[in-house]
Amino acid sequence: MVPVLADLLPNVNELFEFKGFFGQHQWYEFNKTALMAFVSTIICILLFYVGSRKKAMVPAGLQNMAEMGYETVEQQIAVEVMGVDHGRKWAPFLSTLFFWIFFINIWSTVPFIYFPATSRISIPLYLAIQTWVIFIFVGFKHQGLGYFRNVVPSGVPGPLLILVVPIEIISKYFIRPFSLAVRLFANMAAGHVLLAVFCIMTSELIIHHNSGIWQIPLGILPFFALVAMTAFEFLVALLQAYIFTILTAVYVNESLHAEH
Amino acid sequence: MNEFVSLAVTQADALKSGLGSVGYGLAAIGPGIGIGYLVGQSVQAMARQPEMAGNVRTTMFLGIAFAEALALIGFVLKFI
Repeated sequence: MVPVLADLLPNVNELFEFKGFFGQHQWYEFNKTALMAFVSTIICILLFYVGSRKKAMVPAGLQNMAEMGYETVEQQIAVEVMGVDHGRKWAPFLSTLFFWIFFINIWSTVPFIYFPATSRISIPLYLAIQTWVIFIFVGFKHQGLGYFRNVVPSGVPGPLLILVVPIEIISKYFIRPFSLAVRLFANMAAGHVLLAVFCIMTSELIIHHNSGIWQIPLGILPFFALVAMTAFEFLVALLQAYIFTILTAVYVNESLHAEH
Repeated sequence: MNEFVSLAVTQADALKSGLGSVGYGLAAIGPGIGIGYLVGQSVQAMARQPEMAGNVRTTMFLGIAFAEALALIGFVLKFI
Protein backbone atom coordinates (compact mmCIF):
# COMPACT_ATOMS: atom_id res chain seq x y z
CA MET A 1 0.00 0.00 0.00
CA VAL A 2 1.25 3.49 -0.78
CA PRO A 3 1.70 5.34 2.51
CA VAL A 4 -0.39 8.46 2.77
CA LEU A 5 0.85 11.51 4.59
CA ALA A 6 -0.97 10.69 7.81
CA ASP A 7 0.99 7.43 8.09
CA LEU A 8 4.34 9.18 7.61
CA LEU A 9 3.73 11.90 10.16
CA PRO A 10 4.80 11.08 13.69
CA ASN A 11 2.32 11.65 16.46
CA VAL A 12 1.96 15.41 16.78
CA ASN A 13 3.26 15.32 20.35
CA GLU A 14 6.61 14.02 19.14
CA LEU A 15 7.18 17.31 17.33
CA PHE A 16 6.92 19.24 20.56
CA GLU A 17 8.24 16.99 23.31
CA PHE A 18 11.95 16.62 23.95
CA LYS A 19 13.96 14.48 26.31
CA GLY A 20 15.30 16.46 29.21
CA PHE A 21 19.07 16.98 29.38
CA PHE A 22 18.80 16.25 33.10
CA GLY A 23 16.12 15.89 35.74
CA GLN A 24 13.78 13.76 33.65
CA HIS A 25 10.16 14.12 34.86
CA GLN A 26 11.22 16.30 37.78
CA TRP A 27 10.13 19.85 38.39
CA TYR A 28 13.59 21.05 37.38
CA GLU A 29 13.65 19.12 34.11
CA PHE A 30 15.79 21.00 31.60
CA ASN A 31 15.04 20.29 27.95
CA LYS A 32 15.38 21.95 24.56
CA THR A 33 12.47 24.32 25.23
CA ALA A 34 13.99 25.61 28.46
CA LEU A 35 17.45 25.85 26.89
CA MET A 36 16.09 27.99 24.06
CA ALA A 37 14.25 30.26 26.47
CA PHE A 38 17.51 30.77 28.38
CA VAL A 39 19.53 31.36 25.21
CA SER A 40 16.96 33.90 24.02
CA THR A 41 17.18 35.71 27.33
CA ILE A 42 20.97 35.83 27.07
CA ILE A 43 20.84 37.12 23.47
CA CYS A 44 18.32 39.75 24.57
CA ILE A 45 20.49 40.89 27.47
CA LEU A 46 23.69 40.87 25.40
CA LEU A 47 22.15 42.87 22.57
CA PHE A 48 21.04 45.68 24.84
CA TYR A 49 23.97 45.51 27.28
CA VAL A 50 26.68 45.59 24.63
CA GLY A 51 24.58 47.96 22.53
CA SER A 52 24.28 50.53 25.30
CA ARG A 53 27.77 50.17 26.82
CA LYS A 54 29.50 52.63 24.55
CA LYS A 55 27.18 55.58 24.16
CA ALA A 56 28.57 57.04 20.96
CA MET A 57 27.00 60.20 19.62
CA VAL A 58 26.81 58.66 16.16
CA PRO A 59 25.66 55.08 16.77
CA ALA A 60 27.24 52.32 14.72
CA GLY A 61 26.98 48.57 14.56
CA LEU A 62 25.29 46.88 17.49
CA GLN A 63 24.45 50.15 19.22
CA ASN A 64 22.65 51.25 16.09
CA MET A 65 20.66 48.03 16.01
CA ALA A 66 19.70 48.15 19.68
CA GLU A 67 18.68 51.81 19.50
CA MET A 68 16.71 51.28 16.32
CA GLY A 69 14.83 48.32 17.80
CA TYR A 70 14.07 50.14 21.02
CA GLU A 71 12.95 53.28 19.22
CA THR A 72 10.72 51.30 16.89
CA VAL A 73 8.93 49.69 19.82
CA GLU A 74 8.74 53.01 21.64
CA GLN A 75 7.32 54.93 18.70
CA GLN A 76 5.21 52.29 16.97
CA ILE A 77 3.74 50.60 20.03
CA ALA A 78 4.17 52.50 23.28
CA VAL A 79 3.68 56.12 22.19
CA GLU A 80 1.17 55.16 19.50
CA VAL A 81 -1.13 53.42 21.99
CA MET A 82 -0.48 55.13 25.34
CA GLY A 83 0.41 58.67 24.36
CA VAL A 84 3.74 60.41 24.88
CA ASP A 85 3.81 60.58 28.71
CA HIS A 86 2.79 57.05 29.60
CA GLY A 87 4.34 55.64 26.44
CA ARG A 88 7.85 56.81 27.32
CA LYS A 89 7.45 55.39 30.82
CA TRP A 90 6.22 51.98 29.68
CA ALA A 91 8.54 51.62 26.68
CA PRO A 92 11.27 49.65 28.57
CA PHE A 93 8.81 47.00 29.73
CA LEU A 94 7.11 46.75 26.35
CA SER A 95 10.37 46.50 24.43
CA THR A 96 11.64 43.80 26.81
CA LEU A 97 8.45 41.87 26.17
CA PHE A 98 8.68 42.41 22.42
CA PHE A 99 12.30 41.36 22.02
CA TRP A 100 12.05 38.38 24.31
CA ILE A 101 9.02 37.00 22.47
CA PHE A 102 10.64 37.82 19.13
CA PHE A 103 13.91 36.06 19.97
CA ILE A 104 12.04 32.99 21.18
CA ASN A 105 9.71 32.91 18.18
CA ILE A 106 12.50 33.33 15.67
CA TRP A 107 13.95 29.89 16.50
CA SER A 108 11.16 28.46 14.35
CA THR A 109 13.12 29.44 11.23
CA VAL A 110 16.71 29.05 12.44
CA PRO A 111 18.36 26.09 10.65
CA PHE A 112 19.16 22.97 12.74
CA ILE A 113 16.95 24.20 15.58
CA TYR A 114 13.57 24.80 13.95
CA PHE A 115 11.58 24.89 17.12
CA PRO A 116 9.90 27.94 18.64
CA ALA A 117 9.87 27.56 22.40
CA THR A 118 6.59 29.51 22.46
CA SER A 119 4.87 26.52 20.88
CA ARG A 120 4.80 24.95 24.34
CA ILE A 121 1.89 26.51 26.21
CA SER A 122 3.87 27.21 29.41
CA ILE A 123 5.80 30.21 28.06
CA PRO A 124 2.83 32.03 26.45
CA LEU A 125 0.75 31.21 29.51
CA TYR A 126 3.38 32.72 31.79
CA LEU A 127 3.55 35.85 29.63
CA ALA A 128 -0.25 36.17 29.53
CA ILE A 129 -0.58 35.79 33.29
CA GLN A 130 2.15 38.39 33.74
CA THR A 131 0.21 40.82 31.53
CA TRP A 132 -2.99 39.98 33.40
CA VAL A 133 -1.43 40.67 36.80
CA ILE A 134 0.17 43.89 35.55
CA PHE A 135 -2.95 45.42 34.06
CA ILE A 136 -5.03 44.62 37.13
CA PHE A 137 -2.30 45.98 39.43
CA VAL A 138 -1.96 49.16 37.38
CA GLY A 139 -5.73 49.57 37.42
CA PHE A 140 -5.83 49.47 41.21
CA LYS A 141 -2.80 51.72 41.52
CA HIS A 142 -4.19 54.45 39.27
CA GLN A 143 -7.91 54.24 39.97
CA GLY A 144 -8.07 52.76 43.45
CA LEU A 145 -11.13 50.73 44.25
CA GLY A 146 -12.99 52.62 41.54
CA TYR A 147 -11.34 50.20 39.15
CA PHE A 148 -14.18 47.80 39.92
CA ARG A 149 -16.66 50.28 38.46
CA ASN A 150 -15.17 49.78 34.99
CA VAL A 151 -17.07 46.55 34.55
CA VAL A 152 -20.29 48.60 34.56
CA PRO A 153 -20.44 50.38 31.20
CA SER A 154 -22.04 53.81 31.24
CA GLY A 155 -25.21 54.48 29.31
CA VAL A 156 -26.65 51.00 29.63
CA PRO A 157 -30.26 50.81 30.90
CA GLY A 158 -30.65 49.16 34.31
CA PRO A 159 -32.22 45.76 33.53
CA LEU A 160 -29.65 45.06 30.81
CA LEU A 161 -26.84 45.35 33.35
CA ILE A 162 -27.69 41.86 34.60
CA LEU A 163 -26.59 40.63 31.18
CA VAL A 164 -23.82 43.09 30.40
CA VAL A 165 -21.83 43.04 33.63
CA PRO A 166 -21.08 39.27 33.64
CA ILE A 167 -20.10 39.47 29.97
CA GLU A 168 -17.75 42.36 30.71
CA ILE A 169 -16.19 40.55 33.66
CA ILE A 170 -15.68 37.33 31.70
CA SER A 171 -14.32 39.06 28.60
CA LYS A 172 -12.02 41.34 30.58
CA TYR A 173 -10.57 39.03 33.19
CA PHE A 174 -10.88 35.53 31.73
CA ILE A 175 -10.99 35.69 27.93
CA ARG A 176 -8.18 38.26 27.70
CA PRO A 177 -5.34 36.27 29.26
CA PHE A 178 -6.66 33.08 27.69
CA SER A 179 -6.74 34.53 24.18
CA LEU A 180 -3.34 36.19 24.65
CA ALA A 181 -1.76 32.86 25.58
CA VAL A 182 -3.61 30.78 23.03
CA ARG A 183 -2.97 33.22 20.18
CA LEU A 184 0.79 33.13 20.61
CA PHE A 185 0.88 29.41 21.31
CA ALA A 186 -1.43 28.35 18.47
CA ASN A 187 0.26 30.51 15.86
CA MET A 188 3.70 29.15 16.64
CA ALA A 189 2.51 25.54 17.03
CA ALA A 190 0.60 25.70 13.74
CA GLY A 191 3.64 27.13 11.96
CA HIS A 192 5.86 24.41 13.41
CA VAL A 193 3.48 21.65 12.27
CA LEU A 194 3.22 23.24 8.83
CA LEU A 195 7.00 23.31 8.37
CA ALA A 196 7.27 19.73 9.61
CA VAL A 197 4.62 18.57 7.15
CA PHE A 198 6.41 20.15 4.19
CA CYS A 199 9.79 18.79 5.35
CA ILE A 200 8.38 15.27 5.56
CA MET A 201 6.69 15.62 2.18
CA THR A 202 9.92 16.80 0.54
CA SER A 203 12.10 14.08 2.03
CA GLU A 204 9.51 11.40 1.30
CA LEU A 205 8.91 12.38 -2.31
CA ILE A 206 12.57 12.96 -3.25
CA ILE A 207 14.37 10.25 -1.30
CA HIS A 208 12.04 7.47 -0.20
CA HIS A 209 9.08 7.37 -2.53
CA ASN A 210 9.75 5.74 -5.88
CA SER A 211 7.53 7.39 -8.46
CA GLY A 212 9.83 7.14 -11.50
CA ILE A 213 9.74 10.12 -13.83
CA TRP A 214 7.64 12.23 -11.47
CA GLN A 215 10.15 11.96 -8.64
CA ILE A 216 11.95 15.25 -9.24
CA PRO A 217 9.05 17.58 -10.17
CA LEU A 218 6.82 16.21 -7.41
CA GLY A 219 9.56 16.43 -4.81
CA ILE A 220 10.58 19.95 -5.70
CA LEU A 221 7.09 21.40 -5.35
CA PRO A 222 6.82 20.90 -1.56
CA PHE A 223 10.40 22.13 -1.25
CA PHE A 224 9.44 25.47 -2.77
CA ALA A 225 6.45 25.56 -0.48
CA LEU A 226 8.82 24.88 2.42
CA VAL A 227 11.04 27.82 1.47
CA ALA A 228 8.03 30.10 1.11
CA MET A 229 6.58 28.89 4.42
CA THR A 230 9.88 29.54 6.19
CA ALA A 231 9.75 33.15 5.02
CA PHE A 232 6.13 33.31 6.12
CA GLU A 233 7.06 31.89 9.54
CA PHE A 234 9.64 34.65 9.97
CA LEU A 235 6.85 37.17 9.34
CA VAL A 236 4.54 35.38 11.77
CA ALA A 237 7.21 35.38 14.49
CA LEU A 238 7.62 39.14 14.13
CA LEU A 239 3.87 39.76 13.89
CA GLN A 240 3.00 37.69 16.95
CA ALA A 241 5.58 39.51 19.07
CA TYR A 242 4.14 42.80 17.80
CA ILE A 243 0.54 41.78 18.48
CA PHE A 244 1.31 40.48 21.97
CA THR A 245 3.11 43.70 22.86
CA ILE A 246 0.48 45.99 21.39
CA LEU A 247 -2.34 44.14 23.18
CA THR A 248 -0.43 44.41 26.45
CA ALA A 249 -0.04 48.14 25.81
CA VAL A 250 -3.76 48.49 25.08
CA TYR A 251 -4.79 46.60 28.22
CA VAL A 252 -2.41 48.57 30.45
CA ASN A 253 -3.53 51.82 28.83
CA GLU A 254 -7.15 50.95 29.58
CA SER A 255 -6.26 50.45 33.24
CA LEU A 256 -4.41 53.77 33.40
CA HIS A 257 -7.45 55.86 32.57
CA ALA A 258 -10.90 55.53 34.08
CA GLU A 259 -13.59 54.81 31.51
CA HIS A 260 -15.84 57.72 30.74
CA MET B 1 -15.52 -10.01 20.43
CA ASN B 2 -12.39 -8.35 21.79
CA GLU B 3 -11.11 -7.65 18.29
CA PHE B 4 -14.42 -6.09 17.43
CA VAL B 5 -14.24 -3.79 20.46
CA SER B 6 -10.67 -2.72 19.73
CA LEU B 7 -11.60 -2.08 16.09
CA ALA B 8 -14.54 0.03 17.21
CA VAL B 9 -12.28 2.02 19.54
CA THR B 10 -9.76 2.65 16.74
CA GLN B 11 -12.55 3.71 14.42
CA ALA B 12 -13.95 6.04 17.06
CA ASP B 13 -10.53 7.61 17.56
CA ALA B 14 -10.10 8.11 13.84
CA LEU B 15 -13.57 9.63 13.61
CA LYS B 16 -12.85 11.95 16.51
CA SER B 17 -9.63 13.19 14.94
CA GLY B 18 -11.37 13.65 11.60
CA LEU B 19 -14.21 15.57 13.22
CA GLY B 20 -11.62 17.79 14.90
CA SER B 21 -10.24 18.73 11.50
CA VAL B 22 -13.72 19.45 10.14
CA GLY B 23 -14.45 21.55 13.22
CA TYR B 24 -11.30 23.56 12.65
CA GLY B 25 -12.31 24.13 9.03
CA LEU B 26 -15.71 25.40 10.12
CA ALA B 27 -14.15 27.59 12.81
CA ALA B 28 -11.85 29.20 10.24
CA ILE B 29 -14.64 30.41 7.93
CA GLY B 30 -15.89 33.29 10.06
CA PRO B 31 -12.51 34.76 11.03
CA GLY B 32 -11.35 34.37 7.42
CA ILE B 33 -14.21 36.50 6.14
CA GLY B 34 -13.82 38.90 9.05
CA ILE B 35 -10.10 39.46 8.63
CA GLY B 36 -10.45 39.88 4.87
CA TYR B 37 -13.12 42.52 5.29
CA LEU B 38 -11.22 44.22 8.10
CA VAL B 39 -7.93 44.49 6.22
CA GLY B 40 -9.69 45.58 3.03
CA GLN B 41 -11.45 48.41 4.83
CA SER B 42 -8.23 49.40 6.61
CA VAL B 43 -6.33 49.60 3.32
CA GLN B 44 -9.09 51.78 1.94
CA ALA B 45 -8.93 54.02 4.98
CA MET B 46 -5.13 54.30 4.69
CA ALA B 47 -5.40 55.12 0.99
CA ARG B 48 -7.97 57.82 1.62
CA GLN B 49 -6.22 59.38 4.58
CA PRO B 50 -2.50 58.52 4.52
CA GLU B 51 -1.88 60.82 7.48
CA MET B 52 -3.95 58.47 9.66
CA ALA B 53 -2.07 55.36 8.48
CA GLY B 54 -0.28 54.74 11.79
CA ASN B 55 -3.47 54.94 13.80
CA VAL B 56 -5.39 52.76 11.38
CA ARG B 57 -2.63 50.15 11.34
CA THR B 58 -2.62 49.81 15.11
CA THR B 59 -6.38 49.44 15.22
CA MET B 60 -6.25 47.00 12.32
CA PHE B 61 -3.84 44.68 14.13
CA LEU B 62 -5.99 44.83 17.23
CA GLY B 63 -9.05 43.87 15.21
CA ILE B 64 -7.16 41.06 13.50
CA ALA B 65 -6.02 39.75 16.86
CA PHE B 66 -9.59 39.62 18.14
CA ALA B 67 -11.06 38.06 15.00
CA GLU B 68 -8.25 35.52 14.81
CA ALA B 69 -8.79 34.26 18.35
CA LEU B 70 -11.85 32.22 17.33
CA ALA B 71 -9.97 30.40 14.58
CA LEU B 72 -7.10 29.66 16.96
CA ILE B 73 -9.41 28.24 19.58
CA GLY B 74 -10.78 25.94 16.88
CA PHE B 75 -7.22 24.91 16.03
CA VAL B 76 -6.40 24.10 19.63
CA LEU B 77 -9.61 22.11 20.14
CA LYS B 78 -8.45 19.74 17.41
CA PHE B 79 -5.56 18.59 19.58
CA ILE B 80 -7.59 18.20 22.77
